[in-house]
Amino acid sequence: MSGDSGKKSIPYTVPIGPVHPALKEPVMFTFQMEGEVVKSVDFAPGNTHRGIEWMGMRRNPVQIVHLTDRICGICGIVHSLSFARAVEQIAEIEVPPRADYIRTIMHELERIQSHLLWAGVAAHELGFDSLFYLAWRVREQSMDLIENITGNRVNYAIVQIGGVRRDISTDQIPLVEQGLAYYRGLLGQMKNVFLNDSTIRMRCRDHGLLSYRDAQLLCTIGPTARASGVAMDVRHDYPYCAYGDLDVRPVLPPQESGGPKGDVYDRIIVRLLEIAQSIDIIQQCLDTMPAGEILWEKKMPKLLMTLKKARGEAIGRVEAPRGECMHYVRMDGNDAPATWKVKASSYSNLMSWIPMLKGEQLADIPIIVASIDPCMSCTDRVAVIQDGSAGFLKKDDLTRLSREKTLRLMQCR
Amino acid sequence: MSETPHRTPQEIIDLYRTEFGAGVLDARITERGEGVHKTKAYNIWIRLDKDLLRPAIKKLMDIRSPHFAVIAGSDLGDEIELLYILSIFYGTKFGEYMVTLAIRLKKTDLSVPTITDLIPGALLSEREKQEFLGITVTGIPDGRRLFLPDDFPQGVYPWRKDETGIKPEMVRELWAVNRPRDRPVPPVPEKKPAPEEPAAQGTQKTPGGAAE
Repeated sequence: MSGDSGKKSIPYTVPIGPVHPALKEPVMFTFQMEGEVVKSVDFAPGNTHRGIEWMGMRRNPVQIVHLTDRICGICGIVHSLSFARAVEQIAEIEVPPRADYIRTIMHELERIQSHLLWAGVAAHELGFDSLFYLAWRVREQSMDLIENITGNRVNYAIVQIGGVRRDISTDQIPLVEQGLAYYRGLLGQMKNVFLNDSTIRMRCRDHGLLSYRDAQLLCTIGPTARASGVAMDVRHDYPYCAYGDLDVRPVLPPQESGGPKGDVYDRIIVRLLEIAQSIDIIQQCLDTMPAGEILWEKKMPKLLMTLKKARGEAIGRVEAPRGECMHYVRMDGNDAPATWKVKASSYSNLMSWIPMLKGEQLADIPIIVASIDPCMSCTDRVAVIQDGSAGFLKKDDLTRLSREKTLRLMQCR
Repeated sequence: MSETPHRTPQEIIDLYRTEFGAGVLDARITERGEGVHKTKAYNIWIRLDKDLLRPAIKKLMDIRSPHFAVIAGSDLGDEIELLYILSIFYGTKFGEYMVTLAIRLKKTDLSVPTITDLIPGALLSEREKQEFLGITVTGIPDGRRLFLPDDFPQGVYPWRKDETGIKPEMVRELWAVNRPRDRPVPPVPEKKPAPEEPAAQGTQKTPGGAAE
């Protein structure tokens, strides 16, 4: 196939990627086109493979928890939570209920920021950049809350095996509630701009279709599956953390909007409704959060000894913003786990691109590719700790630094 | 959709035992409850004779359309264990179970039949197991590499713990890689090197290259 890219008969081969302005993560697409229409799709992931599982099988579980933070720049908690839950089951560690609630709150704050990030990216892929800026400005509130609770915008490092590393204090609860009120007030407006805009409707309705049957056969998960009418949500189906105490239902596209069609538009609806759901879950958690310890064991040597003795296998599973995230861990009495398999959400969702893209227009590729929500990370502010003293680079410093960098680049030419 | 009745984890194991008899080598249930109410979530682990993989997956599909999550694999020395991790009864309030079907392959015969005709979504996971564990999936519709680059050496399988695993000379220690020297001066002064080691290390390494 590679040798005939210059031929003049159909189908034409259009390679997109692995790095391309239309893609937010590196992946190599090869499209067979007939005119503007996609005839078939092939894709090759692996451009960001870092061998994390290999690294993990040479580290102890506490080190791996911090490694899992770095699997994804957006899913800052789901991997560490999945991994910690698997190890806790093997070592029979009971997590204090308060820690379960804090994990749940962080999990849902993450869903809010992730879905808003996606909403911005979707708007950008549609060429609606003012909406992109709006969505990302609104997202900042959840990032600020996450930073307030964990100390970090990304790589939260809040999960520890046996609980969480930071409590939510009584001073912080009003801040979280303010944040929730902010989003409650905005939801109507967000739904209006995304769902009642005629351009968005024209670009997204009936495009990127994924049927119920295909969603099932291709093992699709999360909002992508729910938009096709598959009622699956780990939070509803398989209790973990505080979800066993709560009533969470899978969000499906409502019938009044045309029922589940499995198109890009339905995926927008599902994610917007899930933001509302996350707000409710956080509120319920704040209202019913029990008092008590947040860690099973504070002393690190004791925790490490317990983990070293642990033998067995377990599955840790959570509903990430993009769908089921699952870690399989096997420990055999050594420091490092014998086996560690990470199944991120996109691992299950990638194959749904094939039916979605078939028969679509070339110009619709970016939004359809983005509609299953690939990842992307952003950091707006940097904290630098040097020689023991901490300094913050604020907006002015970053502006100055980026100007200096531009000047340096201009001199280099 | 076929709406078969919801079953308890023990009933599922019983179904497997009656169908496959001695082919079920081991079956157990683990449970976990979290939060205040400790609502239980169940995992079912079934270890099977190697030849029963496809019948076992079909059996699960007869009970209720399952969700396939991933195939995990573990190098046990003489054997490689493959764990087909699925879930069943999703969509039922707190009624979903993880079902792990595990088979062992002798290293003298590392072939396993594909399940992509039953569950097309298993393709990526089967491709991944081929390149990471060196097994052969017979009948796989697309046997290309998935995550490893094309120039990754043949016959090296990252998750193997024997001589076909990652060799020490393939590993670049990130901590030993020096900062590139041809970059502009960083805006924040560089951290002062620790007193002892740096003099000896700095001379023998090429900038930006791997230290061995």
